[in-house]
Amino acid sequence: MDEKIKQILEILEENAKASPEEISALTGMSVQEVSQTISKLEKSGIIRHYKAIVDWDLVGENYVYAVIGLKVTLERNLGYQAIAEKIYKYPEVRSVRLLSGDHDISLTVRGRSMKDVAFFVAEKIATLDQVQGTCTHFVLKTYKEDGVILHEPETFERLPISL
Amino acid sequence: MRPSCNPSKFVGDKIKKLPPSGIRRFFDLVTELDDVVSLGVGEPDFATPWHIREMCIHSLEKGQTAYTSNYGLPELRDVLSRTYYNRYGLDYNPASEILVTTGVSEALDLAIRATVNPGEEVVVAQPSYVAYLPAVLLAGGVPVPVSASAETEFKLTPEALEPALSEKTKAIVLNYPNNPTGAIMGRKDLEAIADLVIEHDLIVISDEVYECLTYEGKHVPTASLEGLKERTLMLNGFSKAYAMTGLRLGFAMGPSEIIHAMMLIHQYTMLCAPVTAQIGAVEALRNGKEEMERMVRAYDRRRHFIMKGFDKIGLECFTPKGAFYTFPYIGAYGLSSSEFAEKLLNEKKVAAIPGDAFGEAGEGFLRCAYAASLEDLRKALERIGEFVDGL
Ligand SMILES: Cc1ncc(COP(=O)(O)O)c(C=O)c1O
Repeated sequence: MDEKIKQILEILEENAKASPEEISALTGMSVQEVSQTISKLEKSGIIRHYKAIVDWDLVGENYVYAVIGLKVTLERNLGYQAIAEKIYKYPEVRSVRLLSGDHDISLTVRGRSMKDVAFFVAEKIATLDQVQGTCTHFVLKTYKEDGVILHEPETFERLPISL
Repeated sequence: MRPSCNPSKFVGDKIKKLPPSGIRRFFDLVTELDDVVSLGVGEPDFATPWHIREMCIHSLEKGQTAYTSNYGLPELRDVLSRTYYNRYGLDYNPASEILVTTGVSEALDLAIRATVNPGEEVVVAQPSYVAYLPAVLLAGGVPVPVSASAETEFKLTPEALEPALSEKTKAIVLNYPNNPTGAIMGRKDLEAIADLVIEHDLIVISDEVYECLTYEGKHVPTASLEGLKERTLMLNGFSKAYAMTGLRLGFAMGPSEIIHAMMLIHQYTMLCAPVTAQIGAVEALRNGKEEMERMVRAYDRRRHFIMKGFDKIGLECFTPKGAFYTFPYIGAYGLSSSEFAEKLLNEKKVAAIPGDAFGEAGEGFLRCAYAASLEDLRKALERIGEFVDGL
């Protein structure tokens, strides 16, 4: 990959709000060149989306998250993709992944309470024809989300001056 | 009552004659002040990558705490040998041509002590890292500074080198990518001095500790030039590339005769390099490329950022090609480097190293390290801008 593109992606992956001016200062590319490259990356789908990582607990919105493993059976003419599509249309579902190992599909679900999540799984997911079984794990604490550590980062002291 | 005495008389003459560190007073000043933004730190602001730390911890849990071979862990020498063969086609025998040391610092001392006889001269290209001159003096050698000046992009040229060479010249110390200037020497630049080195039958002590921190072009090891491998000691280490400064690990590669001579001193003075760090180093070379390159890209962003900042302020500065230092010219403001640095510290609480700490050739310059957070760099640039506006 072009080093410059890698730099832009790395900067934006860390801070989606970095402006073309800031990125220009960090890469030595002109502002125009940065803007053009970013629109290309957006158009081609390399940059999928920009979003904020929100700590809802801090505003008193207490969400409950669960990681749910599904065992599914494939039917003729209906592959994993089709099952995933049925599942990801629900706004409660935050992510859907195809897995190797014990379960076939893993999803994260967000709800207002454990009951809320449990009912959603029982009514909407477990009842799908292709779903053979579910295994729900409630999230107790998130330490790191999408590469972001959600508590004080580690620090260490350096001498203020060294040659 | 027995007479009292002044213990300072016990300090040896050689040590008394060592030049005092130019920045002692400056260091004290920095520690007294609050809210100082320091561009004076010559080490990474990253912690050692976790996979390396984890390997060190694991080895401690297993009880791997014994001495290693004087030369260093065979496994580490093997992977070092393979690494340099793969990177540059340089072929060093892990059994006899590699010595693992306690940082480049020790490797430097060994290299000079193993080669320089009392009275022999060692040419040091300046501005330079501060350890070279004392290392030569401690070995009883005579350091001969030559200037690699801003006009030649801080590269050592044959024109500057030749007049410094004499009958007594034994070795030459090079450091590219360079601390404090960020200069590098490409193949052509090294080629230009290679003939002189061979003609005068010199050893090259090449401190390449910033090898991996090369942003423009590709690093060229001195030993990769035709005819130089058998007269070059390549010194390198893990401090900068893998953010392992405090773990103290380096190495020397060179002709087996000289490496053996260095090992003789090493076995009596150090015995071996710290084993935990050696285990970490194996992991760094085996699996550390990705993390290392990520850090290098972060330094490169800061390099652009600080250069752009200097440009806005109107500070003239050579664009560094490697290491993590900038060396702006501040001679136009009518202050010496030390005056400038001290005033900047007192008035704006920005710490940067006066250029003359790196030899006379550094007078008129200031070393600003960019191994600092963008936040700190932004603050420092703002304050430096205000400072020079007020001069
Ligand atoms: C040019 C140069 N050589 C050697 C060293 C010391 O390296 P080590 O930590 O491997 O002893 C430094 C540290 O700042 C340096 O800048």
